[in-house]
Amino acid sequence: MSHYKMHLLVCGGTGCRASESEKITENLNAEIKKLGLENEAQVVVTGCFGFCEKGPIVKIVPDNTFYTQVKPEDCAEIVSEHVLKGRKVSRLLYEDPETQKHVEDSKHMGFYQKQIRIALRNCGFIDPENIDEYIARDGYAALGNILTEMSPQQAIDIMKKSGLRGRGGGGFPTGLKWEIASSNKADQKYVVCNADEGDPGAFMDRSILEGDPHSVIEAMAICGYCIGANKGIVYIRAEYPLAIKRLKIAARQARVYGLLGNDVLGTGFSFDIELRYGAGAFVCGEETALIKSMEGLRGEPTVKPPFPAEKGYLGKPTNVNNVETYANVPAIFLKGPEWFASIGTEKSKGTKVFALAGKINNVGLIEVPMGITLREVIFEIGGGIKDGKKFKAVQTGGPSGGCLTEKHLDTPIDFDNLIAAGSMMGSGGMIVMDEDDCMVSVAKFYLEFTVEESCGKCAPCRIGNKRLHEILEKICNGKGTEADIEYLKNLSKVIKDTALCGLGQTSPNPVLSTIEHFLDEYKAHVTERICPAGQCKALKLYTIIPEKCTGCTACTRACPVGAISGEKRQPHIIDVDKCIRCGACYDKCKFTAIHVQ
Amino acid sequence: MNKIKSLDDLRKMKQNLENGMNIREKSNSPESLVQIRVAMATCGIASGARAVMNTLIERIEKDKIPAVVTQGGCMGYCYAEPTVEVKVPGKDPVVFGYVDSKVAIDIIEKYVLQGELLEGIIPVNYQTINDKK
Repeated sequence: MSHYKMHLLVCGGTGCRASESEKITENLNAEIKKLGLENEAQVVVTGCFGFCEKGPIVKIVPDNTFYTQVKPEDCAEIVSEHVLKGRKVSRLLYEDPETQKHVEDSKHMGFYQKQIRIALRNCGFIDPENIDEYIARDGYAALGNILTEMSPQQAIDIMKKSGLRGRGGGGFPTGLKWEIASSNKADQKYVVCNADEGDPGAFMDRSILEGDPHSVIEAMAICGYCIGANKGIVYIRAEYPLAIKRLKIAARQARVYGLLGNDVLGTGFSFDIELRYGAGAFVCGEETALIKSMEGLRGEPTVKPPFPAEKGYLGKPTNVNNVETYANVPAIFLKGPEWFASIGTEKSKGTKVFALAGKINNVGLIEVPMGITLREVIFEIGGGIKDGKKFKAVQTGGPSGGCLTEKHLDTPIDFDNLIAAGSMMGSGGMIVMDEDDCMVSVAKFYLEFTVEESCGKCAPCRIGNKRLHEILEKICNGKGTEADIEYLKNLSKVIKDTALCGLGQTSPNPVLSTIEHFLDEYKAHVTERICPAGQCKALKLYTIIPEKCTGCTACTRACPVGAISGEKRQPHIIDVDKCIRCGACYDKCKFTAIHVQ
Repeated sequence: MNKIKSLDDLRKMKQNLENGMNIREKSNSPESLVQIRVAMATCGIASGARAVMNTLIERIEKDKIPAVVTQGGCMGYCYAEPTVEVKVPGKDPVVFGYVDSKVAIDIIEKYVLQGELLEGIIPVNYQTINDKK
């Protein structure tokens, strides 16, 4: 038997693979072989480490060396220096932006210090394509214990006691959801995993399925036992090929071991899963639309009640949970509901995975206890705003959520506090914005998304959102009036009250929350006709400062529409009506003679 | 691969498999473990550090001793290679010189497990920049 003294963990998540992490694995293995170290060092392809900003990541254990932005050609040095001689390759170590020192041990990285990893416990730790590594970390032990020692109701009680709430956005208590599905009698029931992750910027579900697919499969089987279902279906978007591949491998391995299929672990319980692919429609993340899509119909939501727990897939009781919710389940049974409930706030227990994106230094995936403040997330874990700019707002909850501003920085993050602040948890996307972002444009961006993704079944969503978008466009083009702001507010309220499903009921949120927190910015657009962030092109006014202009004609030649005229060596003039505000003259002028307002 | 037929089988399987994950698990909490660092620079390797390291790892795995073995670079004691630094939680690190496989076993059985000091300890005669506060 070989005694590995070192494991080299290479990130095999989608992000790092895009930067050649497969080639890195290959090169590491080749170099190790070249130096005859096959029995000493093992290369393992894992799921996402979360620190996507600095990928590809190679982590070496047991000394917790964290190499960032590794290139395939760095592998020879890593092996000959670190693996063979124990000398860390300092140039590849993570550099702390504040102290500008290399961090030798990943435990000392600000990015990881405040994190608690439950749903992501195995991501970046095990090889997701090897069921043995999952079992070595107590995988399927929770399922085994429940099947041999508990009644379904006892297991449901543990779920209720843990206080776990749905991580897909709604925050409905998971234990209660299972209990309702369990109490409905039927000859066939279904367990569904919602892996139709659609929020712009959110990728935690993908990362969990890529990094730890067995935890989701195990949890679905537990749910099946609790509610009395023997069939599980994962509804996953076809744009996630790697997650699909790993999920399939995992299910196949579980079947070989008899952890899926008939008579699981000799207990008489049967359960198996299958995959259904979604075409990537945002509305199919809504559970009734998701079920319609699984049935082969158009992905349109239906009126609730009846809830899926009564009449779901094919009219049978169906329990739908999100990927991250399931990933928490085995850990709750292994460590106990009291342990889980000890983390988090009074009404939101446990942790939440957030995808940090936007103008933040450490873009990536983090898992933090509920109740952490935005300040800790953005400035300590996220490393602050890019290029030393000023923080302006963070958008949470995707197209259904809202913006949080500086005054919310010290609010503890949980389901209820975010709603009270006019936003929502959503699936956990956090898009950070700085002083250069125009909030009207941000609202417009999200409305553009909802207009495209609206299924068109109900009028408020189909027509109302389109109108909202038109008005926002009008404001950004400098043609808005003060009455438009009032109109936006009224229309938003009507859409929220009358739309059929969650998509339409929440789609005006980005508009309402930006109006609430950044009314000044809206007003500046409609009264003074300026965009304070300088983003709205139509509101930029380019003029030439005659004192600075030398008449070199560089701008005249750069202007694509011939809006600049003047004699050589004489100050030039921009024709405001012809100008398309492209900024070409501004970029060309060597004398800073172009003024932008 | 065979079917796992019962919860007991699953548990047994886990026990057999967890060894393979050990060094990853240990990296999660190095401060609570005995940290053994083998100097593996060119001079160390030439004097047999690799064999020492393997002996240490095998001995630790045999009795599941809560210790983690890592490799370090040259510590400067080239005359005494192979050298091994042992840090027991709550104690100052101790450096052993002229370590061979036999001494390696002694380090584990006498120093780590029973706290007995051995011959061949190199007195600490340096400060690292980390010590200077």
